Amino acid sequence: MRHYLDHAATTPLRPEARDAWLVASEMVGNASSTHGAGQDARRLLEESRERVAAVLDADPIEIVFTSGGTESINLALQGLWHARPAGTTAVVLPDAEHHATMDTVAALVEEGARLRQVHVTPEARILPEQFAAQLPDAALATALAANNEAGTINDTGSLAAAAAGAGVPLHIDAVAALGHVPLSFRALRGDAAGGVGLVAMSFAGHKIGAPVGVGVLVTARSAKLTALLRGGAQQRGLRAGTQDIAGASAFAVALELAESEREHEAARLRALRDRLVAGVRAVVPAAELLGDPTERLPGNAHVLFPGAVGESLLFLLDVAGVAASTGSACQAGVAEPSHVVMAMGRSERDARSVLRFSLGRTSTDADVDAVIGAIADAYVRASGAGTAARS
Amino acid sequence: MSGGVDSAVAAARAVEAGHDVVGVHLALSRAGGTLRTGSRGCCTIEDALDARRAADMLGIPFYVWDFSERFRDDVIQDFISEYQAGRTPNPCMRCNEKIKFAALLERAIELGFDAVCTGHYATLIDGDGGLELHRASDNAKDQSYVLGVLTAEQLAHTYFPLGTTPSKAIVRAEAEARGLSVAQKPDSHDICFIPDGDTRGWLAEKVGTATGEIVDRSGDVVGSHEGAHAFTVGQRRGLKLGVPAADGKPRFVLEVRPISNTVVVGPKEALAIAEIAGARFSWAGAAPTASSFDCHVQIRAHAEPVAAHAEVSDVGVRVVPEVPLDGVAPGQTAVLYVGTRVLGQFTIDTTVSAVPVGA
Repeated sequence: MRHYLDHAATTPLRPEARDAWLVASEMVGNASSTHGAGQDARRLLEESRERVAAVLDADPIEIVFTSGGTESINLALQGLWHARPAGTTAVVLPDAEHHATMDTVAALVEEGARLRQVHVTPEARILPEQFAAQLPDAALATALAANNEAGTINDTGSLAAAAAGAGVPLHIDAVAALGHVPLSFRALRGDAAGGVGLVAMSFAGHKIGAPVGVGVLVTARSAKLTALLRGGAQQRGLRAGTQDIAGASAFAVALELAESEREHEAARLRALRDRLVAGVRAVVPAAELLGDPTERLPGNAHVLFPGAVGESLLFLLDVAGVAASTGSACQAGVAEPSHVVMAMGRSERDARSVLRFSLGRTSTDADVDAVIGAIADAYVRASGAGTAARS
Repeated sequence: MSGGVDSAVAAARAVEAGHDVVGVHLALSRAGGTLRTGSRGCCTIEDALDARRAADMLGIPFYVWDFSERFRDDVIQDFISEYQAGRTPNPCMRCNEKIKFAALLERAIELGFDAVCTGHYATLIDGDGGLELHRASDNAKDQSYVLGVLTAEQLAHTYFPLGTTPSKAIVRAEAEARGLSVAQKPDSHDICFIPDGDTRGWLAEKVGTATGEIVDRSGDVVGSHEGAHAFTVGQRRGLKLGVPAADGKPRFVLEVRPISNTVVVGPKEALAIAEIAGARFSWAGAAPTASSFDCHVQIRAHAEPVAAHAEVSDVGVRVVPEVPLDGVAPGQTAVLYVGTRVLGQFTIDTTVSAVPVGA
């Protein structure tokens, strides 16, 4: 029996989303073509765009379909940077962001951007006042709506208000938050006018049961950003290339379902997650839940196992049929010490001793029981095994 | 599983023998290259992928484990400090001693495994006094020398499925027949952590350069150099001596003195070594019962074994070969054999020239 507790990495495709994809895949027609087939394709595409806009509380014209979260983040950050107000050079970056953001900003630094780092709290929270302090005269700012590793939910409204007040364009990475946290683009943007305040928000389909390969960047009408991909005037000229109608349709279906289930599902996952954490701590008293104890993603349990080698824990749980995560891995497949855990003020050794269990739509009590049943033995063995650095 | 053909076939044979096998690729460098270059056989993303695909073919789980810190401390740092001390280390041996059959084996045992299985060419025989390490059937591929550092305890948790295969060609053919994509992948020869194979350049980058003297055996200065660590005993090239030898014959590095940053040169005859000794030794299986015995000594991975007499005492091992050894440098490992059996090894600390100064 396999137990999948890595829904934050990717969650199973929803049957309804697959059906929507299959229906669209039967159609022929490029949405940019003017003939009847093209018009049929375009109709389904625009209907999907409207459905997505309705859930995210934005205008349809503000929905830009992309290939996923990474592209959305790249389009937002590179796009805003290249269209930045004259004379601005600073980029505001909290230090527990996803690699897609960190690596994109690193590329901007090579183009001359000056980095303004915002340190997160030991719970991985971005404090709005500290964020605001870095904003004056910045070219752009970015922040996570919810931390993908630690699970901590940020006060996105205050971050957006701070950016609006400072007159700085803000991008919010909402990939981990989608489907778990109420997100209204209109409400978060508030009464910000022009291309400042919250102007862009990134989402990925496969985190909510749409296929891998489709994402969204919500882009305010007034946002000033340039395109990454050139070659056509599709999607306001922000994203050239033939549009993926099946992906857009599947995304819309998955998003509507995720939103309609959100509150009920959050309560269910929270109960499962709390039982998982309590059960793990009962058999491994040294285990420590990281991140905010209450203001966190309902399915997220980010647990430090002091002294244990994360990659050994992962292996032993895998053998026991439990799939969890140590955070990001390099190209070769090496589990890297989590930069998020280090940003939370922990040592590199601790950063190698953390596991993320993430629950989702298909998670059950049996999954939680499997973790509780396997973790004690795994912890003992993984603590005795030689660590990467000699202990 | 390095991503090479040997470990892939070893894994296949272990699976076929009925063992519960898990493939592990060691990440030994934090900043490995992406693509394979030249004769380096590991540490690139492509090698990790080759290993992963071999595991896929065999239907076994596959993991990449990070031993880069221990590798840096125990192998790379050791390599640098040995050169700085004027010695010539063998990093592959150090890796076997400290990483593959130590750090990895320890972790494997903790995680519930019985043994580390590798694609090394060597054999284990259950002898009267316990497990014995022997040369492989294929003399050309025999790797028992680099395994000479293993102890009885380590050998008890080791498995070499390729040791009895009479030739590497058979292993390649077997890989081909099994559909393993690495069947024709070139062998690795170079030191895996020196990307372009330029050991001198790599060392100069790590330890810097400093001008020093090149002297002959009587102490007369015959040239200068940019750092003694760049020289190894037996080396002839790159000396750039201004003063020719009195007899006009080529001169070779006889000794490297790191403290005074001096390189000693002399004629080829002076490289002949009549005696070697070392304090750091281990036995690959049961220790010899006699304190003095006849054996063969081998001082490099591909050197010919030479008949010798060994004496073991509290302070270490002393070996007198029947015919002088050529090009021996302190830091090298001397592996002692009786027939095909590896008795043990020691790191050479001191050498005694067969040709005294002025002879």
